[in-house]
Amino acid sequence: MMRPEDLLCPGPSGLYSPLGDFYVDPVRPVPRALVTHGHSDHARAGHQAVLATAETLKIMAVRYGADFAGATQAMPLGETIRIGEVAVTFQPAGHVLGSAQIVVEARGCRIVVSGDYKRRPDPTCASFHPVPCDVFITEATFGLPVFRHPSDAHEIGKLLASLEAFPERAHLVGAYPLGKAQRVIRLLRDAGYDRTIHIHGALEKLCRLYEKEGVALGPLAPATVETGRKAEFAGAVVVGPPSAFSDLWARRFPDPVPAFASGWMTIRQRAKQRGVELPLILSDHADWDELTATIAELGPAEVWVTHGREEALVRWCELAGIRARPLHLVGYEDEGEE
Amino acid sequence: MEAFADLLDRLVLTPSRNAKLKLLSDYFRDTPDPDRGYALAALTGALSLRGVKPAMLRALVAERVDPVLFGYSYDYVGDLAETIALVWPAKASPHPDPPPRGGREKGPSAEDFAGGSEKESGGLPPAGSGQGTPSLGAVVEALLAASRSEGPGLVERLLDSLDAPGRWALIKLVTGGLRIGVSARLAKQALADLGGKEIGEIEEVWHGLAPPYRPLFAWLEGRGARPEAAARAPFRPVMLAQPLEERDLGLVTPEAYAAEWKWDGIRVQAVNEAGTVRLYSRTGEDVAAAFPDLAAAIDIEGAIDGELLVGRAEGGRIVAGSFSELQQRLNRKSVTPKVAAAYPAFMRAYDVLVDGGEDVRALPFRDRRARLEALVARSLAGRIDLSPLVAFATVEDLAVLRGRPPEPIIEGLMLKRWDAPYEAGRPKGPWFKWKRDPHTVDAVLMYAQRGHGKRSSYYSDYTFGVWRPAEGGGEELVPVGKAYFGFTDAELAEIDRFVRKNTVNRFGPVREVVHTARDGLVLEVAFEGLQRSGRHRSGIAMRFPRIARLRWDKPPAEADRIAALEALIAG
Repeated sequence: MMRPEDLLCPGPSGLYSPLGDFYVDPVRPVPRALVTHGHSDHARAGHQAVLATAETLKIMAVRYGADFAGATQAMPLGETIRIGEVAVTFQPAGHVLGSAQIVVEARGCRIVVSGDYKRRPDPTCASFHPVPCDVFITEATFGLPVFRHPSDAHEIGKLLASLEAFPERAHLVGAYPLGKAQRVIRLLRDAGYDRTIHIHGALEKLCRLYEKEGVALGPLAPATVETGRKAEFAGAVVVGPPSAFSDLWARRFPDPVPAFASGWMTIRQRAKQRGVELPLILSDHADWDELTATIAELGPAEVWVTHGREEALVRWCELAGIRARPLHLVGYEDEGEE
Repeated sequence: MEAFADLLDRLVLTPSRNAKLKLLSDYFRDTPDPDRGYALAALTGALSLRGVKPAMLRALVAERVDPVLFGYSYDYVGDLAETIALVWPAKASPHPDPPPRGGREKGPSAEDFAGGSEKESGGLPPAGSGQGTPSLGAVVEALLAASRSEGPGLVERLLDSLDAPGRWALIKLVTGGLRIGVSARLAKQALADLGGKEIGEIEEVWHGLAPPYRPLFAWLEGRGARPEAAARAPFRPVMLAQPLEERDLGLVTPEAYAAEWKWDGIRVQAVNEAGTVRLYSRTGEDVAAAFPDLAAAIDIEGAIDGELLVGRAEGGRIVAGSFSELQQRLNRKSVTPKVAAAYPAFMRAYDVLVDGGEDVRALPFRDRRARLEALVARSLAGRIDLSPLVAFATVEDLAVLRGRPPEPIIEGLMLKRWDAPYEAGRPKGPWFKWKRDPHTVDAVLMYAQRGHGKRSSYYSDYTFGVWRPAEGGGEELVPVGKAYFGFTDAELAEIDRFVRKNTVNRFGPVREVVHTARDGLVLEVAFEGLQRSGRHRSGIAMRFPRIARLRWDKPPAEADRIAALEALIAG
C-alpha cells in the first residue's frame, strides 16, 4: 500500500494531492481547488477551477461576486467523481449550509478531510455523515476538554429568559454572518419566538440565500434607524456580526444587552474581555466530546489534526493508542469569530 | 443549584448596578426557601462553610483527568476554579476521556472509562439520573453537616452531580469569596426592592437574622410580621448629608446651623448595650474584627455616630494621622497586633442615637450634642473624642475656613441644623456637606476603553498621564490615573470622536491614542487626594479622579509634571 502522504500532503498553499493534482481548501489561488464550505478562511476567491457543493458555490458568489473563480463545478453529496487517479466524494459535515467532508481514495487508501464539522443536529444544514477511513483529518477548533457545548435549547432559553427579564433593553446578538446567524434565528423560531428579528446589513444577502435554500427564518427587518426609532428596539432581538457591536452602529439601540453566540463563550474571561453580558454557547464546531467520539467511531489508523488546539487532541489519540500528528497548516483562523 | 449558578454567571458579566438589582430581586422572587436564603447568605458573606483548599480540588481532578490535558486546559483558561468546573468529566458521558496513565496495558475502550471511578454517591443523585441536580439548599446543608474528613468525598460527589455552571458555583462557594461584583449592600437593596421597603429597614433588622432567612422573606412578601431586631446592640440606619449648593448658602447662619469639620476617615456607629459591643460601618456591616483595638474601647453605654480615624495619643489628646496611615487598616477582615499597635484606631464622635438605654434620635441636634458631650466625657479608654464645633459668624467665615482646614485629614465642613432630629437616609436640608475644592491636574489622555451598558459603544474610560523625565533624556508620559465620569454627554461624544480618529494601537477593548508633546488631548482632572502606591508605574494613586474640563486649547507639552503631584503628597 502507498503512503497516505502520496494521496494528500500539507504544503504552504494547503492540502495538496499529488495523485490528483488538486488542493483542498487552499489559502492561495491555485489551478484546481476542492472547497469544503463557504467560510472565508476555507473558501477564497481567485482559483482557476473550484469544485464544491452547489450551496457553497452560491455562498462564494454572494461573498465574492459571480466571477470568484475561472470555472466552477457543483458536486452533489454522495456522488463520486474521478480526478486524475483519485476518487473524490463529498459527504455532509453538519457545519453550515452546503458544508461537506471531502473523501479522497486511491490505491486502497482512503482519507477523509472533515473540514469544519459538528455532530449535533442543526436545522440549517444536513447532518455529519460518518465515513470509515484510513486517515481522518480533523479540525480541532475546540480541541480541549474544557469545551463541552451545552444543548442549543438551553442556550436559546438563556436568551429568551433575558428578554423576559429585561423587556426594555435591546438584545444584540453577535453571530458569525454565515451559518451562526441563521442558526440562531432558526433556533429562536423553533423555540416559538415569532417577533420580527432585526438584522445588520452584513447578514442580509446570506439570510436571503438561506431562505431560498429552504431554511425559513421568519419575519426579518433591517436594523436601521430608518426602520425603527430607538424606543422601537426596546426588547428587540438584533443579530449582527460581532465586530459591529463596538461600532457607532450599536448606538441606535436602547441600553443594549451585548450577547455573543460562540463556542468561545464557554470561557468567562473571553466573554468579559469582549464586554459580553450574555454569552450564548452556540458553536458550529465539534466540541471535545464530539471530536473524540468521532475519532473513536471512525477508527482510523491515523489522525491528522489541523487548526485549533492540535496538541491536546494529539495527546488524547496517543492515550487511546491511535497514531496522530499535527498538520500545522497555516492560514486558517485559529481564534476566529466562529 | 441551577438557578443560583445561572445567577452568578449572569452577575459576573453584568456591569450595570440596576441590571444587577433586577437579576437579584427576580431571583429572590422566583426561588423557593431555603435556596434563596442560602444564596443571600453566600452573597452577603454570611455563609461560613468549611473551607476547601485549591490543592484539594487539584488532587481530586488529577484522579480523573490526564495531567497533560489538564495542563493544556489550565494554560488556556487561566483560572483554576473555572478549569476544574469545565474539565470535570461527567460520569455518564458516553465518550469519556481516557483516565490518567499508569498501569494501563491496552488501549482504552468506552467500558474501561465508564467503570474507572465508580463510587457510592451518598444520597445525592448524579447529573442526568432523572432526579435532577441537587438544590442549593441540599448542597449547603450537606456541606454544613460534613466533618473535615468527609469534605473531599462530599465535594467530589457534588461535582459529579452538577453540570459545568453548577460546578463553578460550587467551587466558588467552597473556596470562599464569590468575587462576582456584588456587595452585601447591593443584595440588601435587592431585598428592599423585592419587598417595597427602604434599605434602612433591611439593615435595621439584618443583625439577629440567620440563614436561610425564612422570616425575612415572609415579611418582604407580606406573609409575616417584621422580624424584630432580636440581637443585642443592633445597627441603626445612618443619617447622611446633601452637598451644599450655591443657592443654599443663604440658609447658613449660626442660629440655624452648627458647623463641624468633615473628617476623611470611615463612618462608624459604635454600640454598647449591656456589654454587647458592635462597631458598624455606615451600611451596617460589623467591622469590629478589623478594629479590635477600638471595639475594646467602646466603654460608654449607648449608640454613637462618628468617624473612625488612625492617630496617636499626644499629651492626653488624640492627634489624627493622614489618610495613608488610615489606609493601613482598611480592607482587612482582621488585623495583626503589630499593625494595630503601629496604626491605632480611634473614634471622633459627632452624634448620639442611644444614650444609655434611651433612644434619642427624635431629639433635636442641640439636645443630642449636649448628651453626646456628657457621654463621651464618661469614656475612660482614651479612644473616643469629640468632633469639635467650628465657631463662625457668617457664611463667608466658613468659606475661608473650608479653604484652609487645620489638618490634612479634613475634607471640608459639615453643617447641621440645630433643631433637626436624627433621620435615616439623606433628607434634604438638615445636614449639608461642604467639601473643600478638589485638587486638579492637567493630564494627557493615553488610553481609552469602551464603557458598559448605555456607554457600550463609547470610549468612556480614560487612562491619563503626566510628564516625567525619561531614562534616556527628554520626557515621557506616565499614567497616573483612570477616570470614567465627570464629563457631559456632549463632551463624551467629543472625546469618543477624538479617540476613534487618533488611535495608534489596539489592545482588545482598549485603544491607545496619540500622546506626544505636540499631539494629544489634555484633560483637566479633579481628584480628592493622592497616595503612594507600589501598584502603579508612577508610584502614585489618585483618589476619586474625574474629568473636570477638556483642554482642547492646551498642547500636551504644557500638561503637568509628576513633580507637581509629588509635591502634593509631600505637603
